[in-house]
Amino acid sequence: MSGQTLTEKILSRASGKPVTQGDVIEASTDIVAFHDLTGYHVIEVMEKAGMVKVFDQGKIVVAFDHLAPPPDIRSAEIQGNIRKFVRDVKIPNFHDINVGILHELLVEKYAQPGQVIVAADSHTTTSGALGAFAQGMGASDIAAAAITGKTWLVVPSSFKVTLEGKPAKWISGKDVALDLLGNFKAEYFNGKSIEVEVKDPSSFPMDYRATTSNMGIEMNADALMFIPDSETVRYVKQMRGYEPKLVTPDNDAKYEDSYTIELDKMEPLVAAPYSVDNVKTVSEVQGIPVDQVYIGSCTNGRISDFEVAAKIMKGKKVKSRCIAIPASYEMFKEALERGYINTLFEAGCIVTYGTCGPCLGGHFGVAGPGEVIVSTSSRNFRGRMGSNESKTYLSGPAVAAATALEGKISSPGDVM
Amino acid sequence: MIVEGQAMKFGDKIDTDIIIPARYLKYTDPKYLAEHAMEPLDPEFHKKASKGVILVAGKVFGMGSSREQAAVALKAAGVKAIVAESFARIFYRNAINNGLPVIAVPDVTKEINEGDVVAVNVETGEVKVNGKVLKGKGITGMALEILNTGSLIDYLKRVSLKSTN
Ligand code: SF4
Repeated sequence: MSGQTLTEKILSRASGKPVTQGDVIEASTDIVAFHDLTGYHVIEVMEKAGMVKVFDQGKIVVAFDHLAPPPDIRSAEIQGNIRKFVRDVKIPNFHDINVGILHELLVEKYAQPGQVIVAADSHTTTSGALGAFAQGMGASDIAAAAITGKTWLVVPSSFKVTLEGKPAKWISGKDVALDLLGNFKAEYFNGKSIEVEVKDPSSFPMDYRATTSNMGIEMNADALMFIPDSETVRYVKQMRGYEPKLVTPDNDAKYEDSYTIELDKMEPLVAAPYSVDNVKTVSEVQGIPVDQVYIGSCTNGRISDFEVAAKIMKGKKVKSRCIAIPASYEMFKEALERGYINTLFEAGCIVTYGTCGPCLGGHFGVAGPGEVIVSTSSRNFRGRMGSNESKTYLSGPAVAAATALEGKISSPGDVM
Repeated sequence: MIVEGQAMKFGDKIDTDIIIPARYLKYTDPKYLAEHAMEPLDPEFHKKASKGVILVAGKVFGMGSSREQAAVALKAAGVKAIVAESFARIFYRNAINNGLPVIAVPDVTKEINEGDVVAVNVETGEVKVNGKVLKGKGITGMALEILNTGSLIDYLKRVSLKSTN
C-alpha cells in the first residue's frame, strides 16, 4: 500500500480508520462555523429539528461579516437572533460586527494543520492555507455538524500542485488561483482535493496562500490545502504565539495527477465577466474604463494586499471610485500602523474594515446598471456585486490599485 | 421513486447568484424564494416552473455559494428534480437535504430538449426521454434515506428519536 496524501491522512484521523478515494465516511469535525447571513438559517434548522444545542461550545466559531454593520432592519434582527443563540448556548468564540470576516478570523485565530473544518459558507476553503481540510456546506449540514460534531463526506481524489521559484513582480496568491482556473476551468477539480507544495516556503507567504485556498471553491475543489511547512509555523507563531503541530503527506503518497507553476514566469491575470474561469492576462483587457475598484474581501483583504495597494497609490489620486476594506480588525490595525490606510485615504479611497459589503452586492458600494467594477474579491458571476447589468473583473491588489489610479484597467507597471 | 415532468433546459455553470441572488437571502420562506428563483436569467421562471418541471442543465450546476436557499427556491418554484451533467458539491448536498432529487447524467444536454417529457428514476439514476434510457448516477445510502424522509431536519429528528428510545 502506498503512502497517504494530506487529504487521506486528515480524513483517516477524522473518521478513525484508513480511508481511500471514493469512500463515504463519517468524519469528526474540529471546527464548525457560521456567519450572520447563514447563521440565522442554521439556527432555524436547529429549532425546527427541536435540537438547539451544540456538541462542543469551544469548537463553534461565529462571526458577523455579511451584514456588518447592518444595512437594514432585517439584518439587525438577524444579528440579534444570533446574539441570543450565542448567549443561550454559551459560545465563547463569537465575533460581533467589529472583528472581521469569518474566514480571515479562522486563518488568524483558529485553523490548524490537519483539522477538519466545516462552515456555512463556500469560502471555508480559505483555511486550507494552513493545511486544514476545510469546506463549506449549507445550513442544514452545518446545523447537523454543530449538533453532532460529525459530518458525512466522500473522500476526494488528491491532485498535486507544485509552486516553484519566487513570484515575479506584482504576482501573488490571486494569480496562482486564476492560473489554475484559466488552465483547468471551473469543473475540472469538482470532487478533487488540491494539495499545494511550495518549494521555497517563504516566497509564498500565508497571505498569498489564503487567497489561493479561498478560490479553491471557485475551482469547485473539495478542498485546496497548502502542505504545512516552515511558513505555516512562522505564521502561527507570529499570530498566536505558539508552534502548530504539522501534518504532512507521506513521501510516497499517490496523486491522481500533478501540475507545476513557475512563479517567476507569471504575469498578472484577471477573470473577465461573467465567469471565474474566463481568465485573461491584464494586457488583454487593458484600457477598459472602470467605474469602481474594490480592494478587500476574505480573498484579498490582508496586510500584503494593502501593502501593495499603498505602494502603488502613494502620493497619487484615484480616478475611479475606490473602496478599500481590510478583512479584519487585526489587518486594519496593522495597515493603520504601517501608514497604508492613510495613503489610501489620501489617494481618495473610502476605507472601512471587516465587512463583506460590496463582495456580494450587499452594501457599502453596490454596483449599478452598466457599471464596470475591478474587484479583488472571489466571484464575478452575473449580478454578484449588484445589478445584473454590471460587470466585474477579478484581479489581485496590484492591478486593482493601478486601475483605480488610471480609471481604466491597467497594469501596475504602467503607473510605477 | 419515479419523478416525471417537462424539461426546462439551461446551460453550463448555472451559479448560485443566478439561482437566488444574495439580496434575497435574509429570509428562508420557500414561497418568497420561489418568486425570485433564476431571476437574473428569467424573471418569469417561477410561473413557468409552477406546473412541476424537471430542470436539465450542463456542468457544475449550482456552483458558488453555500446558500441553501438555492435548493429551497428551485423546489418551491416547482422543480421536481434536476438532471445535470455534473453538480457542485455543496448544492448537491443542499438539494438532497431539502428533498430535491439531483441526478448526474453525462452529456444529458445533448439528449434532452426543452419541453421533452422526462421520467427520472431517483434510485437507479435512469432517465427516460424520447423512447431512450439514459444512465445517470442514482441516489443511494444515507442520501436516499434523507431524501425519502423529506429533509435533513426530519432525518435528524428521526435519528434522535431512535437514539433516545
Ligand atoms: S468577503 Fe465575499 S467571499 Fe468572503 S465571505 Fe464575504 S461575501 Fe463571501
